[in-house]
Amino acid sequence: MARIVGIDLGTTNSLVAYMDNGRPRVIPGRNERAIVPSVVAMTDNGLIVGDAAKEHLTRNPERTVYSVKRFMGKGLADVQSELAYFPYSLTEQGGVIRIKLGEKTYSPPQISAMILKELKQRAEAHLGESITKAVITVPAYFNDSQRQATKDAGMIAGLDVLRIINEPTAASLAYGLQEKTQGTIAVYDFGGGTFDISILKLKNGIFEVLATNGDTHLGGDDIDRRIADLFLTDISSRHGIDLSSHPDHMQTIRLEAERAKIGLSDALKIQVSVELPDNNGRFTRELTRDQLEALIMEIIERTLTPCRMALKDAGLSPDAIDEVVLVGGSTRMPIVRQRVQELFGKTPHCEINPDEVVALGAAVQADILSGGTTDMLLLDVTPLSLGIETMGGVMSSLIRRNTTIPASAKEMFTTYVDGQTGVDIHILQGERELAKDNRSLAKFRLKVPPLPAGVPRIEVTFLIDANGILSVKASDMRTGLSQSIEVKPSYGLSDHEVEQMIEDSFKFAKDDVNARKLIETRLDAGALITTTEKSLGDGLHLIAEEDASAIRAALSALATAQEGNDPRAIRARIADLEQSAQRLTVAMLNDSLKRGLQGKKVSDIT
Amino acid sequence: MDHQQTHSSNPRELQMARSMCWHCQSEVSGEYFCDRCVKVQPVSKETDYFTCFGFPRRLTIDPGKLEAKFYELSRAFHPDFYQNKSETEQSISLGNAATLNSAYRTLRDPIQRVEYLLDLEAGSVKEIRNSPPADLFEEILELQDTLDEYRASDRTSDAGQQLRTQLQAEQVTLEQRKRDMETQLQQLFTDWDLLQDRGEATSQARSERDRLLKQMREILSNRTYVKSIVNDLVATIG
Repeated sequence: MARIVGIDLGTTNSLVAYMDNGRPRVIPGRNERAIVPSVVAMTDNGLIVGDAAKEHLTRNPERTVYSVKRFMGKGLADVQSELAYFPYSLTEQGGVIRIKLGEKTYSPPQISAMILKELKQRAEAHLGESITKAVITVPAYFNDSQRQATKDAGMIAGLDVLRIINEPTAASLAYGLQEKTQGTIAVYDFGGGTFDISILKLKNGIFEVLATNGDTHLGGDDIDRRIADLFLTDISSRHGIDLSSHPDHMQTIRLEAERAKIGLSDALKIQVSVELPDNNGRFTRELTRDQLEALIMEIIERTLTPCRMALKDAGLSPDAIDEVVLVGGSTRMPIVRQRVQELFGKTPHCEINPDEVVALGAAVQADILSGGTTDMLLLDVTPLSLGIETMGGVMSSLIRRNTTIPASAKEMFTTYVDGQTGVDIHILQGERELAKDNRSLAKFRLKVPPLPAGVPRIEVTFLIDANGILSVKASDMRTGLSQSIEVKPSYGLSDHEVEQMIEDSFKFAKDDVNARKLIETRLDAGALITTTEKSLGDGLHLIAEEDASAIRAALSALATAQEGNDPRAIRARIADLEQSAQRLTVAMLNDSLKRGLQGKKVSDIT
Repeated sequence: MDHQQTHSSNPRELQMARSMCWHCQSEVSGEYFCDRCVKVQPVSKETDYFTCFGFPRRLTIDPGKLEAKFYELSRAFHPDFYQNKSETEQSISLGNAATLNSAYRTLRDPIQRVEYLLDLEAGSVKEIRNSPPADLFEEILELQDTLDEYRASDRTSDAGQQLRTQLQAEQVTLEQRKRDMETQLQQLFTDWDLLQDRGEATSQARSERDRLLKQMREILSNRTYVKSIVNDLVATIG
């Protein structure tokens, strides 16, 4: 079976990992870093992803997308309250958010697909083989639409998504593999945009999830906003400047807030300094850890309610938890560790890098699916109750939250009017009484043969598979015939749209290749400039002055080209510089050989 | 949500009896796997949850044994282990795992377990009771009055506080009553299991069986009633 990789598609950062002789490993990129920032920028030369795109956050804020995960499987109304925080513009089409980048609009799965493609290429380069299959992680509390959107993203990126797995449970697999833990564990997963708590029972290689809870809109992003808001108020009162009309400075503030937050996990105070627009000087202030903690206490408290609810659903008291595991970058904050420790009454574990543990766990699950690991099995649950709307707009629950998946439920439908040919079914997900307070997943019309009222008997089966994704089938109990059901998701892309996006992704692949080429060429140029400058310093005495000035001219020409957007121009200047520096290179080589090999010429030894 | 489902070609033989392997057509005598071709077999629609776990139809179940069997069957059926298999096998694995999970959820909880058994032995028990059980009639009527009074009262006033204390005491009483019913049920579980173990086919055994089923049904329905009253109480007084 072809290799399956594990992918953590995060709000802030994404990673890809694979199983290497029974050990999960994250895959580094050209820069040796395993983390790919989940940022996509539209440049004049096409789309770029990751570290390179991150540079565009302040240079090109309107066309640089970050935290796209917050929009997966959502409509515009869902995110109305936070629109002001994002510099790029959002619209909606067919119940799905669209992000405007230049002339085109992209759905969140398309943006996510660009990140997935970057990870796919990285894995292919590292492993030297084509990668087409993946396990992708999602927050445990993701609903059906958000999971389906993630699966769509995989398809658009050319990946067969064999499994959608929950992030906290993935982390438990990584820990379970390493430490052979037994007992009841709580995984507290506080990431860039989402919070999850999962309570599991580990016994003889079975990882049984007892309960899960969370908030898919609560993460490090929210903490950064609190800090940024503090800075903005400060700037407004001290300098009388409103930065909201300066998207680039707003981004700088956001990044500075993030930097301060990260810094304060180690330091007790930190200096903040940001350049203000229109020659207004700099905004500087000190932020202490105490101030930060007071500022975000309410956010941390909001993570504890889901923890208590999960414990209640699992029928456990906090002291019944044997181990607590921390996952996600936000758990690096001392205040988070302290509050978690207080709630569960024990020191939490964080031996595995909280940024990498989810991807590592996804690689373990990938290995289980490919038949490599056979002694471990994850039994996960559906986080939210699934039901249908009944008379009076009430939700009737069919599959309760925290039911082990796969799970199925059957419901019999009939007609109320003679000759009625259809029954409308509205599928919902959530814990509230009324249909309108829950998440609408889909509506469809069940076809019924025209018969007297009450005679037709159509059995509808709702099945939640191991990915936590719903499928529906219906069969006529009188004839035994199954019928196909076309379900229009309320907040999702249709099959046709996904197909179109897959096609588009091939079309745009050319642009993407150009963008990638440009970045790589720039990096090569940068490396050549650095080494040449060093050689010139070391070997200046070995060459004629005219050669040296030729090198200096070629260096400055390459530096100029590097700033431009034409990879071919950069290549040409690289060739020029190599040409100009050839005498220097040969001279230095000869010099070192002379010293090392007692005067032999290059021609003598080659 | 899968955008479109096409199940019209679902092979009919999947729904046929377990007696024949869907793959090699040989007689299936093994539990869930064909002896000859070792292919997984679908759990038949007629298989009840007790049989699915290989347990007799008894009401007292050792949770440890149930869990061990659940884990063993999960290892046999879970879709994770069928990724490299044919589409038919994947679909059987998915269906079996879903059935197994329902079975475990039902058998694990004593109340759901006895409700399920009553359903198997004597048809559905899930009718909702609208009137209080006879021995609770007076008490419940009084409680409803107190609840109404409390809802209408100023909750911060002394009178309100007093009503609240009264309701809290009532809650404790009702919860105790619910526990008593559960203890009674437990005893009936033992009686039922003993009767089944004797395996007699006499008319006396039959009437004993009917009596036990009737009693369990009665208690379950009273318990459901009391439980909903308690929920109501908790929702009102917080």
